[in-house]
Amino acid sequence: MTSIAYVREAPEPEEAAPVLSSGALVWARANLFSSTGSTVVTICCVALAAYLLPQLIAWTTTRATWSATDGAVCREHQDGACWAFVVAKWDYLRFGSYPLAERWRVDTAEAVGAGLIIWLLWINAPRRVWAAFLFFAVYPILALILLRGSSWLGLPVVDTQLWGGIFVSLLTAVVGIVFSLPLGVLLALGRRSPLPAVQMASVIFIEFVRGVPFITILFMANNLLPLFVPETWTPDRLLRPLAGIVIFSAAYMAEEVRGGLQSLERGQYEAAMALGLNYARVTALVILPQALTFVIPGIVNNFIGLFMDTTLISVVGATDFLEAMNNAIKDPVWAGPTIMVTGYVFAGLFYFSFCFGMARYSAHIEQVLAKGRK
Amino acid sequence: MSSSLARSYRGNDAAIRFTGVHKWYGTFHVLRNINLTVGSGERIVVCGPSGSGKSTLIRCVNRLEKHQRGSIVVDAVELTDDIRRIDEVRREVGMVFQNFNLFPHLTILENCTLAPIWVRKMPRREAEELAKKLLARVRILDQAHKYPGQLSGGQQQRAAIARALCMNPKIMLFDEPTSSLDPEMVKEVLDTMTALAQEGMTMIVVTHEMGFARQIADRVVFMDGGEIVEVNAPLPFFAHPQHERTKLFLSQILHVRH
Repeated sequence: MTSIAYVREAPEPEEAAPVLSSGALVWARANLFSSTGSTVVTICCVALAAYLLPQLIAWTTTRATWSATDGAVCREHQDGACWAFVVAKWDYLRFGSYPLAERWRVDTAEAVGAGLIIWLLWINAPRRVWAAFLFFAVYPILALILLRGSSWLGLPVVDTQLWGGIFVSLLTAVVGIVFSLPLGVLLALGRRSPLPAVQMASVIFIEFVRGVPFITILFMANNLLPLFVPETWTPDRLLRPLAGIVIFSAAYMAEEVRGGLQSLERGQYEAAMALGLNYARVTALVILPQALTFVIPGIVNNFIGLFMDTTLISVVGATDFLEAMNNAIKDPVWAGPTIMVTGYVFAGLFYFSFCFGMARYSAHIEQVLAKGRK
Repeated sequence: MSSSLARSYRGNDAAIRFTGVHKWYGTFHVLRNINLTVGSGERIVVCGPSGSGKSTLIRCVNRLEKHQRGSIVVDAVELTDDIRRIDEVRREVGMVFQNFNLFPHLTILENCTLAPIWVRKMPRREAEELAKKLLARVRILDQAHKYPGQLSGGQQQRAAIARALCMNPKIMLFDEPTSSLDPEMVKEVLDTMTALAQEGMTMIVVTHEMGFARQIADRVVFMDGGEIVEVNAPLPFFAHPQHERTKLFLSQILHVRH
């Protein structure tokens, strides 16, 4: 007869987990050739890639024209890209009609800006508070003086109508990102404010801007903005689309941030308030750091959208990179069947590399933030 | 006995005085004519069935909930809509929540130093010294640089107690501090609270831990349906409950022991 009682006499030994067979072959069998269907799909994809990739690579490299003084060589080699065109137009694509003798100012502003952004985004960099101070407080003034000019400092004034190319695209993107996030945060907080007037104003702003196409916002910024201010204060032609892009992006940003705010438990507010922190500190020290972390993917998604939207400022007369490329393609000296494709492929690579960089960086940040807390 | 209970405990100044307090959630009358004086250094345990208004009662003390009639005076400051008074009270009243509510984006040490630095304007180093001292007191100094999510429930609740103590409060409020803990972690939190009680902290504790109430409470307050039904010292409260509702409640929660 067995007893219902049981008492362990010796501990169960700890054993190593069973080793899963690994290696490339095993992986391929499991993921690529697990069934007849998947085998067929795999073979088709490989065949397609084998057919297309060599042609694409040859088009961009071996069959491409790398140097030429005009379109003649490119017209002879129609089966390859005409990189010589991009090389020849490179300065125009970067600076637009910015005066030749003053372009060093753009270079300087870009180099300083890039340095500060790297310092700011590099998580383990020393003294990032300084980087933030320099980038958000000092750099805008420096950049304005450098790019616009100041007769007082002996820098000739360059009218913004002459600005163009990559530096206008980057400027628009940076201004848009730097201003739309804080404005979006304020709008999101405003929308949840207990004060009805603030809440109403935020809701009206957000819903109005979201309910209108970006191009409409641009036209409004371009044509309506000057009507609201005295004639001597008429905003600069480039400032108007910049204001438009900030307003447009901020509305979307606000909804993104609101999602983050709503995902926080009430207890977080209560615990912070119970410690005696006031509204501003509860928001800045406890709520926003968490809410913004939750919505990093959405925020970066907005940044990427904003970067793409910078191409639309050309509809109100600004010359961004894509518009500069359009102008360059029309140059009769370089007329030819491969010019347009080359130009747009290059533009595509330019936009892709920036957006992919942003996406990778945000993924990295998410990992870093997740590491400490789980 | 009963006359001394009616007065503030030990004859000291009143730490908290509720006078004719009413509160409604919408049309639901959640607190009904609450009159209670908590003496300085007194330990009050509030118990009662769920929905009886006991959490609401203590959340009114630091104005997480607003009462609509009557007056609440905390440490000689009457709570009104005046935000400065509310902040003044909150600086002196620590609170521990059922769900800990630690800030998950900050380490345990940062959780503890946040309010001293930003509210008390304490230099960072001094705040960290203080926080370490209090984390040692709740016996989790070795967890100071971890994030809340890496700690057990009991450790998190002790960290939350340390966080509240870092503001050097005169009064501590505990809102069901052990209700969301795994059973084996209840004791470590109760031990921490007992030690605090023995040091003379003014405490109001909402809890179902009747053993704890017997051990440390000066008075037990029983609430039901938004009103205070019975108040007594723990010994007579448990031995000879007077009101029918008290008897029913005690028979329901103590059934295991009989």
